[in-house]
Amino acid sequence: MITKVRPHLSQNEALLFERSSPGKKAYQLPDLDVPALDPAEALGAENVRAEIPGFPEVSEVEAIRHFTRLSTWNYAIDYGMYPLGSCTMKYNPRINELVARIEGLAWAHPYQPEALAQGSMEVMARLEAALAEITGMDAVTLQPAAGAHGELTGILLIRALLEKRGNPRKKILIPDSAHGTNPATAAIAGYAVENIASSAKGVLDVGALARLVDRDVAALMVTNPNTLGVFEENIMQAAEILHAKGAMLYMDGANMNALVGIARPGDFGVDVLHLNLHKTFSTPHGGGGPGAGPVAVKKAFEPFLPVPRLKRSGKKWAYDYRRPRSIGRVRAFYGNFGVLVRALAYILAHGGPGLRNATVDAVLNAVYVRKQLEPYFDLPYASPNMHEVVFSDDRQAKMGVRTGDLAKRLIDYGFHPYTVSFPLIVRGALMIEPTETEGKLELDQFIEAMISIAKEVEADPQLVKNAPYGTRTSRVDEVTAARKPVLRWKPS
Amino acid sequence: MYPDNFRYTKEHEWVLVEGDAGTIGITDHAQQELGDIVYVDLPKVGVHVELGKPLGSVESVKAVSDIYSPASGEVTEVNQLLAEAPEKLNQDPHGAAWLVKIHLSAPAEILNLMSAADYQSYIGAEK
Amino acid sequence: MRYLPKSDSERRQMLEACGVASPEELFSHLPEAVRLKRPLELAPGISEYEIVDYFRRRAAENANGYASFLGAGVYHHFRPVLVDTVVSRGEFLTSYTPYQAEISQGTLTAIFEFQSMICQLTGMDVANASMYDGSTAVPEAAMMAVRSTGKGRVLIARSVHPEYREVLRTYARHQGMPVEEFGYLPEAGTIDLEELDRKMDDLTAAVVVQSPNFFGIVDKLKAAAEIAHRRGALLIVVFTEAVSLGLLEPPADADIVAGELQSFAISPSYGGPFAGIIATRERFVRQMPGRLVGQTTDSRGNRAFCLTLSTREQHIRREKATSNICTNQALIALMATVFMTVYGKQGLRELAEQNLAKAHYLAGRVKPRFSGKFFNEFVARVEGKSPEEINKALLKKKIIGGLPLGRFYPELADCMLLCATEMSRRADVDVVAEVLR
Repeated sequence: MITKVRPHLSQNEALLFERSSPGKKAYQLPDLDVPALDPAEALGAENVRAEIPGFPEVSEVEAIRHFTRLSTWNYAIDYGMYPLGSCTMKYNPRINELVARIEGLAWAHPYQPEALAQGSMEVMARLEAALAEITGMDAVTLQPAAGAHGELTGILLIRALLEKRGNPRKKILIPDSAHGTNPATAAIAGYAVENIASSAKGVLDVGALARLVDRDVAALMVTNPNTLGVFEENIMQAAEILHAKGAMLYMDGANMNALVGIARPGDFGVDVLHLNLHKTFSTPHGGGGPGAGPVAVKKAFEPFLPVPRLKRSGKKWAYDYRRPRSIGRVRAFYGNFGVLVRALAYILAHGGPGLRNATVDAVLNAVYVRKQLEPYFDLPYASPNMHEVVFSDDRQAKMGVRTGDLAKRLIDYGFHPYTVSFPLIVRGALMIEPTETEGKLELDQFIEAMISIAKEVEADPQLVKNAPYGTRTSRVDEVTAARKPVLRWKPS
Repeated sequence: MYPDNFRYTKEHEWVLVEGDAGTIGITDHAQQELGDIVYVDLPKVGVHVELGKPLGSVESVKAVSDIYSPASGEVTEVNQLLAEAPEKLNQDPHGAAWLVKIHLSAPAEILNLMSAADYQSYIGAEK
Repeated sequence: MRYLPKSDSERRQMLEACGVASPEELFSHLPEAVRLKRPLELAPGISEYEIVDYFRRRAAENANGYASFLGAGVYHHFRPVLVDTVVSRGEFLTSYTPYQAEISQGTLTAIFEFQSMICQLTGMDVANASMYDGSTAVPEAAMMAVRSTGKGRVLIARSVHPEYREVLRTYARHQGMPVEEFGYLPEAGTIDLEELDRKMDDLTAAVVVQSPNFFGIVDKLKAAAEIAHRRGALLIVVFTEAVSLGLLEPPADADIVAGELQSFAISPSYGGPFAGIIATRERFVRQMPGRLVGQTTDSRGNRAFCLTLSTREQHIRREKATSNICTNQALIALMATVFMTVYGKQGLRELAEQNLAKAHYLAGRVKPRFSGKFFNEFVARVEGKSPEEINKALLKKKIIGGLPLGRFYPELADCMLLCATEMSRRADVDVVAEVLR
């Protein structure tokens, strides 16, 4: 029985180009208070364009209706839970939006004199310090714009230190359970990728690691807890094995939501890690970004951090550009400052004890979901899970129903799907991470939905395979979209 | 189902030998496993391909698979049909949707490949 | 705590259902050695009012109420009110990447419109759904060119934004991608075509030029394209001031356009988050990094949109992906989409014309250093007064002057880069002109 949703009318809406009419306006600029100019004279006629072909012209009313109608076709955290594994889709506090928009912060130009940017610099310094404390590391850079960007920065830092020590080495070890950005990053950083298989328990196989680590290995990239939601119990041993051969331990911090206030990567042997502020630290996903991917490092890596660094100069903040060992910039300016403000606001709201409480609730929620769903879905690994749990679709596959189908049917119950078919080491994975900002009501509705779907699979598998039924569009034809890509509007 | 005059690899490619010319494709089993094929990436004419090494790849919506060459040689012809209609590879993998033709540089290699009967048992065992 | 929706009694019920006596037991499986045995050394949580107060104080320590003549890659433009109205809607703000098309048609449709408008503006065939920013779009474009041509070397103009060039070097260093620079003409401020031609060879994958360039000058794209194409290299055109596209001829000779959309209603926000784009010709589409939204139909024949050509990306291709990018700048790109919608075809033109007029009015009273034609920024030099002195005097009048160029171009240490936009008031422009006299 579906209780969370009922269908209701949503407006149709054409594309902007189809609503456009010459002469419609949604803007008004002030009158020019300086003399107008003939563009052809100022720029040369050959440099001046004709009109922008096909560009829309709509009124303000049509503009607001257009986007509002579009917005109603989306699911969002504000509607309900996203059980997406390793995405940490927690509540995006609205106060974060307010403070990021305070004029002195929102209008600050990155090149304005340092004396007139002390507020922004203090915000960044405070966040660096907080993240260092949370991760147990010695220094933090806020430059990277997203997790993958942070990974690249982190691997480049490792390369730089190893180069200084005489040998940058050739390969990076990556578990077969890793997120796709890990090997992609290693390749961009100029390293070959060697996969390391997980043990039968789904965790790092330290025996295999010991065999694989040699002086050609620069680092092991690990996610902890791993993508099964399981804590890597052998992580300290792994760090020892690596360090003994002069290799480094890189941690993908995507799953930090299980560790904040409970355990610190710096304490269990990690040399370099990145964080995802748009996951653990509540900054909004906004349909795909922006994020921020700060990198935290042990002291030895500090000289290589991207330039500039914040430094204290008397009572003020200043930028230190004299960093000859720096790997350079990984982007222009200082970082996704607006995202950094939001993350700091989140940290201030929770505070030290509060952050730990959030972690406890996140793990409690995931363990609760596991316990309630265990009778209905196959659990490939028996180890205790932390903030997320991974089932497999083995049981349902016997009826010809796969994880993707179950996910689509979950939509009919009023939820966004969980993460489908990842990690790859589980056959037909269902990866579920509730996060701490889900209450018992929402969780119970989710659990009821999943159980109901499991029963539907037994009684009427076709029903599940053809889902969803209640959405604006039914399943879209991704095959034709890939065979004959249409990537822009063209007038017919 | 599997033509007797083809030779087959463990990676589910086939080759048809005619003199010192080879026609290469993927098997019906392969296209079934891949699902709806959306794109085929093939080498250009003149490129040298090597037994066991990737000569290109096949894409479905959610996956990419390398195609390993069943024989060594130089590409003499590339099937243009697949650029226009990759779905043909699902429909007729042993016929119209051949991938490339090559001039075999080491015809003896073919002796190590599987016969139709052997391939049939191989995929039967795989299941 | 107001973000945690469980009451204590609910927690107790759930713990019981888990067969766990206390919350601490949830972590008892962790090895003793890894556990943090003290509280985090962070102040306790504070109230909403205290949080706002904290950030208001920080904001007060930044410039407030100053007129600014800074450009140099980040521009002050009006942000139409509708932009924040739209992006503040929870359905846009708090939604996820649109992997599940059936419940993300809002995001997907908006991205499709975005991709289309970027193509219209830049004259390219296809555009992606955003990169982190303009500066990282440059190495991504360079890597695209390397993949597409099979060649390894990149030539980049010194008149491309200095920080963008630094980012390219960081990326290139580990890819075996040699990067070499070519200069600009000391009189005109446009690229030195003769030097480019000399440095060009058959191993070059791409020539990278910015227009309007860092000095604000419209550069010689056609000529650069000719030199690049003759030797089998691609032309990558960079832009940092998107408003210029409202008036300037789009870079039709480019093979790849790598740009920054911050001017389109994205707050300067001390340097980020911004939105970069890559736009290109159809034949390079499979080499593009980043997400792409395509049009298709659902099983009932309705038009629908979905992410497509995903096999280029990291979650499928892993180490052979076109890029490692996952999270992009979707919400920021949405701001730009709303901006483009509000201004529309006529508005972007009028906006660009106003920018042109303001900057040229200032330049008319302050002699530009270069003779090249410029859009809304130009380089100025004053006899006998250093840029630092000038800016000090301007600060006393609550004006932030142009960027002193010595930090990036030692040969231009006596110059500053001035920018005037539609937001620059005549009264302030007059003050600047006066001080620069």
